[in-house]
Amino acid sequence: MSSWAAMRFIQPERKVWWRLALALAAGVAAAGSAVGLLATSAWLITTAAAQPPVLILLVPIVAVRAFGVARGVFRYVERLAGHDAAYRVLGETRARITARLEQLAPGGLSGRRQGDLLARLVLDVDAVLDLWLRVLLPVAVAAVTGTATVALIALLLPTAGAAVAVAVLVACTVVPWLTAWSARRAERSVAGARGEVAAAATETLLTAGEVIAFNATDRVLDAFSARDARLAAAERRSAWSAGLGGALLVVCVGGASIAGLVLGSTASITGAVFAVLVLTPLALADVLGGVPAAAQLAIRVRSSLGRVQELVDSPEPVAEPRKPVALPQGRGLQVRQLRVGYGADSDVLSELSLDMPAGSRVVITGPSGAGKSTLAAVLLRFLEPRAGQVLLDGVDLASLEGDQVRSVVGLLTQESHVFDTTIRENLLLADPGVSDLRIWRALYLARLGAFVEGLADGLDTLVGEHGARLSGGQRQRLAFARLLLAQRDVLVLDEPTEHLDEETGRALLADLFAAAGERTVVLLTHRPELVPDHVARQEVLLR
Amino acid sequence: MKPLDPRLLRRARAARTFLAASVLIGIASGALIIVQAMLLAKVIAGVVLQGADVTSAAWALAAVVAGRAVLLWCQEVVAQRSAAAVKSTLRRQTLEHALKLGPVWLSGERSSSLTTLLTKGLDDLDPYFARYLPQLVLAATVPAGVIGWMATGDLIAAGTVVITLPLIPIFMALIGWATQAHSRRRQRALDRLAHHFTDVVTGLPTLKLFGRARAQEAAVRRVTDRHRVASMSSLRVAFLSSLALELLASISVALVAVGVGLRLIEGHLGLETALMVLILAPEAYLPLRQVGLHFHASADGVAASEEAFRVLETPLPERGDRTDVPDLRTTNLQLYDVTVRYPGRDEPALDGFDLEVRPGEVLALTGPSGAGKSTVLAVLLGFIAPERGVVVAGGSAADEFEPSAWRRQFAWVPQRAGLRSGSVADNVRLGQPEASDDAVRLALLAAGSSELELDKAVGEHGQLLSGGQQRRVALARALVTDAPVLLLDEPTAGLDTDTEAAVIAGLRATGRTVLMVAHRPALITAADRSVVVGPRELVLA
Repeated sequence: MSSWAAMRFIQPERKVWWRLALALAAGVAAAGSAVGLLATSAWLITTAAAQPPVLILLVPIVAVRAFGVARGVFRYVERLAGHDAAYRVLGETRARITARLEQLAPGGLSGRRQGDLLARLVLDVDAVLDLWLRVLLPVAVAAVTGTATVALIALLLPTAGAAVAVAVLVACTVVPWLTAWSARRAERSVAGARGEVAAAATETLLTAGEVIAFNATDRVLDAFSARDARLAAAERRSAWSAGLGGALLVVCVGGASIAGLVLGSTASITGAVFAVLVLTPLALADVLGGVPAAAQLAIRVRSSLGRVQELVDSPEPVAEPRKPVALPQGRGLQVRQLRVGYGADSDVLSELSLDMPAGSRVVITGPSGAGKSTLAAVLLRFLEPRAGQVLLDGVDLASLEGDQVRSVVGLLTQESHVFDTTIRENLLLADPGVSDLRIWRALYLARLGAFVEGLADGLDTLVGEHGARLSGGQRQRLAFARLLLAQRDVLVLDEPTEHLDEETGRALLADLFAAAGERTVVLLTHRPELVPDHVARQEVLLR
Repeated sequence: MKPLDPRLLRRARAARTFLAASVLIGIASGALIIVQAMLLAKVIAGVVLQGADVTSAAWALAAVVAGRAVLLWCQEVVAQRSAAAVKSTLRRQTLEHALKLGPVWLSGERSSSLTTLLTKGLDDLDPYFARYLPQLVLAATVPAGVIGWMATGDLIAAGTVVITLPLIPIFMALIGWATQAHSRRRQRALDRLAHHFTDVVTGLPTLKLFGRARAQEAAVRRVTDRHRVASMSSLRVAFLSSLALELLASISVALVAVGVGLRLIEGHLGLETALMVLILAPEAYLPLRQVGLHFHASADGVAASEEAFRVLETPLPERGDRTDVPDLRTTNLQLYDVTVRYPGRDEPALDGFDLEVRPGEVLALTGPSGAGKSTVLAVLLGFIAPERGVVVAGGSAADEFEPSAWRRQFAWVPQRAGLRSGSVADNVRLGQPEASDDAVRLALLAAGSSELELDKAVGEHGQLLSGGQQRRVALARALVTDAPVLLLDEPTAGLDTDTEAAVIAGLRATGRTVLMVAHRPALITAADRSVVVGPRELVLA
């Protein structure tokens, strides 16, 4: 796993550092007030027992009250400053990740389920908040306040100071280590069983219809329970180490107090100082108490941020040319002995050659895994071929910028992303300045016009998260209308019918080909039978 | 949100045991805290006033500290073990109930959110058991004991605590109530913010397609900043409740200390008592402060358990318990005026549909997409209860029968074959566990998939098989059963024409009743007759 220091993307900007420092200072002041409250109280009471004139006690009395008020106020300041700083760091981190993803997506994000990957990434990035608010700040506050307490005790009696130092050191090193060790140990021992339960639950819910229809509910539940019992047993076995860190912390604090008692009783100090030596360490319980929880959380935060780091570190899939050439006029595409693959894996496509004249219809078929989506990525310059070329009117795509290529070649995928906004905003993405007239034209060409016209809010209808308020077919049609508006001359359609039933898919394809007009259409599909018979096309089979 | 959900105690026995153990541990911890305070007060007073020896007191204190450490450790271990048991109980009960509620209830968002709940969500109960509940118990036991003990020494100090302590929950509740709107607004702002980032990130490939990705970095920064400003102004108010808590607790301790000090000067109080009061006073507030601290950390766990209870408390559809289902090999099956409306939809999926299925006939259901063809199959399988109308077999309505007995009359091939990890044979045997290898092979042959090895692993969600192979395994799964009626949803999609013909011939040869959703002309002409589902207003897919 990558180390914290290597995680450049989470590092705060310089102007946020002083806000973090403010949060730390307020936190130390709050925790210090708790220590000060107990120390001055102990001094006050023990001194008062000798019944001195009240005047002597005025200063400690004021101090006790001041500490009492200060703790709450400083804690409030700490929380505000800490949250403000942490949100700033989060915003900056999100912006950096977005910038990096802009370079990587989609070719550099290997793996099939890109949507899941990205959704997970969003949650992982949020761990930055926990990192600052619940791990780094509390531990820093504990360490600084602990050190200050050590210094105070050492001033009164150096040997007692040494004892408290040991307690604080153990509390800030061994206790978090022990807690983290225990948590990791537990995680290791239950991870396998938990994965099995998760897989069983997922599968059972996904196949619920079959399980019920075939009266297999009892058998399936029994199998689930067997796995579940293994998980519960593993969790029970790993439980014994859970409280070790917390218990050690109690021993540390108690030990420091007893050390003050033993060392102070034989030293030549006043009774009031003696009481301070014995009682002050008790206040540390409050100060150091957050350390075990922080250590536990640190593990989760670290694995989250480690996943983000991995993504950030993935190599860029495409190198932009240093001096891009001008976009050629012609729109014919030629694929010449193309060889493509991901990372160190073997080739997904090899020795592929194709001719796609301007205005032609090419249907590329093949089973899943044959490299259809990979070919689409190369045609859009999302991915660099290992060898061979794609030529646009004789010009190698590699000598053009990605954005140049994509101003000519457009893409419709099986899961076109629809943004959580209005129909109009989603369409304006293609061309911000476009008139309503053209929007309606594109919608009617995509055969979505009547539907949108029937909606109460028309173009201003909100489509919901990932277009949830539209059916699968409507979503694809909306994405297609967007593609039409963008006026690309070459349309790459990558399994546009994948999540649609047969009939809907057939209708969509017929409309796609009809609306494409003069444009070149490259259809990648494993269901070529859905293509209307009257479309004159060249069919290519990938293996 | 209730501090302690009684449903948790009712549903999970482990939770009750845990609560009992926690109360015992809490009482013991409280006792040790008091003993520790007494010992400390006594030995400090002894040293200050008489210069007494501390050796025996130091050992006694060491024993008390060790005892507290052991109790804390016990509490954690008990918490982890109980959490494991409670989670296991809830997982099993929830899954079982969800299956009883059926695939229609489970469809869409619900299935995925339930998967999250069963896999990750319930794990959030760990901090609830390990941190929050024990503190809640401590908050109920320790302050009472501590105040009682303080009262034996110094009534005024105890009085101060008694007066201020209840103020904490009162103030917290008041402030919480006053800031509720604020914190809701803040939560919404945070949600919107996270949502915007998710939308941008998942949409990046699309943005890049249209040359709009470059602007996103600045947009994310701008939106985040705007929301940070908004949420900070809410936080300033929301944190007031913890400010009140901290202030009250520490000012009260200061009040007690100063009061005790002044009474010491006047000679109304001994040093030992004064020290004991000073040591105990913060302990009275500590559990309450901790409860507040862990309350938010465990809120996720409580939310998860509430979600589980929401599932568990969803009433099951009422069904009869007769098991004497008429044999559909010889009995007609009728649907009269069946109207089905899916939850949350205005339009009925099926509107006044009539159908008669005679034994042994091959019947094709046709009609446009969305007309309710698959819904007819769902009604027959009992996945959804008709809003109006009735399914009748041999003069009895379907819902008089016990559901599993009724379903034994049917075998189903869904539009999307849901395969379970295991071998091909395991999947074929789903409805007929005792089927012999030969029977499985025969079924595969009839489904046009004789090339598949019985022990070939199908992988997660059947991904080691091609789409066509998955469908054929699903078909074989239905064929291997001895159910009199086959319900097929586009059974030959993904098959080539020759295989399709062979499969249809195979279906006829079994002599069973076949009700199939069909689009392809070849399939429709192969049926004895076809019924158009609908007509309804055509909705563009």
